[in-house]
Amino acid sequence: MSISIRHVTKRFAQFTALDDVSVDIPTGSLTALLGPSGSGKSTLLRVIAGLDTADAGTVSIEGNDATHLPPQRREVGFVFQHYAPFKHMTVYDNIAFGLTVRKAGKAETKSKVNELLELVHLEKFQTRYPDQLSGGQRQRMALARALAVEPRVLLLDEPFGALDAQVRKELRTWLRRLHDDMNVTTVIVTHDQEEAMEVADEIVVLYDGRVQQVGHPNDVYEHPANDWVMSFLGPVTHFGSLLVRPHDLDLAHEISDGALPATVVRVTRLGFQTVVDLDVQGAPIYAQLAREATDRLTLEPGTLVYVSHARGEVLPAAPAIPVPAADSLL
Amino acid sequence: MRGNRRPVARYGLRFVALGYLLVLLAAPVAMVFYRAFQHGLGPIWSALTTSEARSAIEVTLIVAISAVVLNTLFGVGTALLLVRRRFPGRHLLDVLVDLPQAVSPIVVGLALILVYGKFGFFGSWIERNGIKIIFSLPGMVLATAFVSLPLVVRSVAPVLAEIGDEQEQAARTLGASSWQTFRRITLPSIRDALAYGVVLSLARSLGEYGAVTVVSGHVIGKTLTLTLFIDERLENFDQPAAYSAAVLLAIIAMGSLLISRRFRTRSRSVA
Amino acid sequence: MTLYLSFLVLIPLGAVVWKSQSNGWSAFWHQVTTPEAWDALKLTLTISVGVALFNLVMGTIIAWVLVRDDFPGKGAVELFIDLPFALPTIVAGVVLLSLYGPRSPAHVDIAFTRTAITVALLFVTLPFVVRTVQPVLIELDRDMEAAAASLGASPFLIARRIILPNLVPAMLTGTGLAFARAIGEFGSVSLLSGNLPFRTEVSAVNIYNQIQSDNPVGAAAQSTILLVIAFIVLFALDRLKRWGVHRG
Repeated sequence: MSISIRHVTKRFAQFTALDDVSVDIPTGSLTALLGPSGSGKSTLLRVIAGLDTADAGTVSIEGNDATHLPPQRREVGFVFQHYAPFKHMTVYDNIAFGLTVRKAGKAETKSKVNELLELVHLEKFQTRYPDQLSGGQRQRMALARALAVEPRVLLLDEPFGALDAQVRKELRTWLRRLHDDMNVTTVIVTHDQEEAMEVADEIVVLYDGRVQQVGHPNDVYEHPANDWVMSFLGPVTHFGSLLVRPHDLDLAHEISDGALPATVVRVTRLGFQTVVDLDVQGAPIYAQLAREATDRLTLEPGTLVYVSHARGEVLPAAPAIPVPAADSLL
Repeated sequence: MRGNRRPVARYGLRFVALGYLLVLLAAPVAMVFYRAFQHGLGPIWSALTTSEARSAIEVTLIVAISAVVLNTLFGVGTALLLVRRRFPGRHLLDVLVDLPQAVSPIVVGLALILVYGKFGFFGSWIERNGIKIIFSLPGMVLATAFVSLPLVVRSVAPVLAEIGDEQEQAARTLGASSWQTFRRITLPSIRDALAYGVVLSLARSLGEYGAVTVVSGHVIGKTLTLTLFIDERLENFDQPAAYSAAVLLAIIAMGSLLISRRFRTRSRSVA
Repeated sequence: MTLYLSFLVLIPLGAVVWKSQSNGWSAFWHQVTTPEAWDALKLTLTISVGVALFNLVMGTIIAWVLVRDDFPGKGAVELFIDLPFALPTIVAGVVLLSLYGPRSPAHVDIAFTRTAITVALLFVTLPFVVRTVQPVLIELDRDMEAAAASLGASPFLIARRIILPNLVPAMLTGTGLAFARAIGEFGSVSLLSGNLPFRTEVSAVNIYNQIQSDNPVGAAAQSTILLVIAFIVLFALDRLKRWGVHRG
């Protein structure tokens, strides 16, 4: 195991950021810490890096207890959400910083930095200053800087959060390819489930300071541990008293076993898929169907159709109104 | 990352900083208060209510308030000019506004004498029209206005820049005239920054010494400000009176710091 | 606006320069280089440079402690750092005299000495570097320091190679302002130093004496020198600020 976190708790005044969190990060993997803001994912990353200290628990890196080591000695590379460039240094000096600190020789530094500049496609920008670079370029510089010292672990804190959607997509793919080439244990923090599923070997889902589920992206999506994970990882809708994925629903004009009668409320065509808003006994649900499936049906608002759950996992939905305990009615 | 710093370094720096401030600032100020209040409020009160002291206070107020009024009008106008308009020489104006801060107060006094004094540039014109500037209150107002010139400009300008002129543009499109826009939109938005600048300006004006000492005639009861009063009393070995006036001015200075701090935080949170 | 500025500032200052050479340039230099005036100028410049440099170090330390450290009473310190700005210069003189003059309870009497000039100037220039460095320190991206730490830099190295370089423009601005203020200081210095010619007389005092002795040309000449020096400092600061803006 590359990183072992055991029973880590971290509080900020009244707020508990991490509550008895234990996670193992396999060596050489690309793991995503996924969760909404306030879930503790960034805190966990910083605890791993030593930028924050846990109130309880231990952190081991490559088998060594790192809980009380300062960040300088953990040999982790950290990439910040806003890149944290050294504004007063050139791109070259930024990337070389870790090597300069270790008093590496000039020739050695130069070859290493040039190698990294090539890797991140910033050779032509080495004498520029960070404020002369675009967001994506700055992020690539930050990555090169972290990699320069050949860390055992690479930690990225929402590295693409501050970038345009297009740049984000490109860098995502690029990061995945980079990881496949270099095989450094990488942990990436993100709130974007699409990003996590696209990039990671393994996802650790965090919510409210606790680990909700750990697994392969497909696993977490198709077999969510609880209804919160299910709704966070993908679209959900109700089917009776169950929580289902809208694309696991089928519509038909004929009744079938287990199907529910529904009235069509609205049909929205979105490219390759069609979203059908339905009314099932007063409760609004929606189905996502492939275009051809809906073309075969008549779906005017007001039409009666039958909704069935065709595939995939379901979870009992949390009741909308809290059910009073039986004895309180007495 | 606070905890990461070695405690020795942290306590060392703190010790050096606070020790320095104690020796240079806190202890002497405490001493002056002690000396002044040593025998209670009585002596201070009597020292400050002599006719000379009272006229010094009066003169100080007249001069300071006049200077502040002048500088406020100028300050707001200049801030608007610098922030909202582009014109050749704008950068020069920007630098010039800061000029008074770099000029020795004695030089300020000299400069005014050379222009407005009897033998100065406008001297003969002034003489012919029976106006007295130097060695009289108007000269002192000019001297005081000179030294506190940048204060209002520099507190209003950044806020104007940060707020932007979108609101003003909106007002114009709704039919407001320039004056209406200024009165109803611009002025309220810079209210706190302006108050801050005015308080700073007033404190500076109340305390001006070097420039005023050159242009004043040092006529007791007529052209002595509180600062000059302190000087005069010291020369006459009347330490209690000098200390009383010094403490009064010190209290005013501290008060102005407290008041202006309130305005500064309020202006920051608005912008 | 320009009219106000002209009549109040430009024309009077211009008059000083004009007057200084009204008897010709040789008279100008003669006035500036009289033994007393020249001595005063040397003294003023030397002590002012020393005070400015001392403030460079001390002011940065104080700004650092105010921003990065926490202790009971910090709020009061924060507020009263500005006292030298707000206090009339003669009151500053009285304040320092009460503790460090004759009748000092600590038996430290520096009146009539050059030390007095230094102390007075340190007092009045105290806030300059602190107040220019402080906002920059507050705005500094803490992530930069975290990044440096993760790359292996010790806290000392971080301070030296990451924090300090980003503070340099502000430090220099503050030092320049402190210097400009110091060379022109009158009230506090005159009270504390006793203005002994050739010993503790600064330029501002000498200029005042020239005005009193009806030697406007002499006064104007020395004033012009001070103005030129101050102008150069302001100009250099302006350039520096523009350079600093690009870098970060």
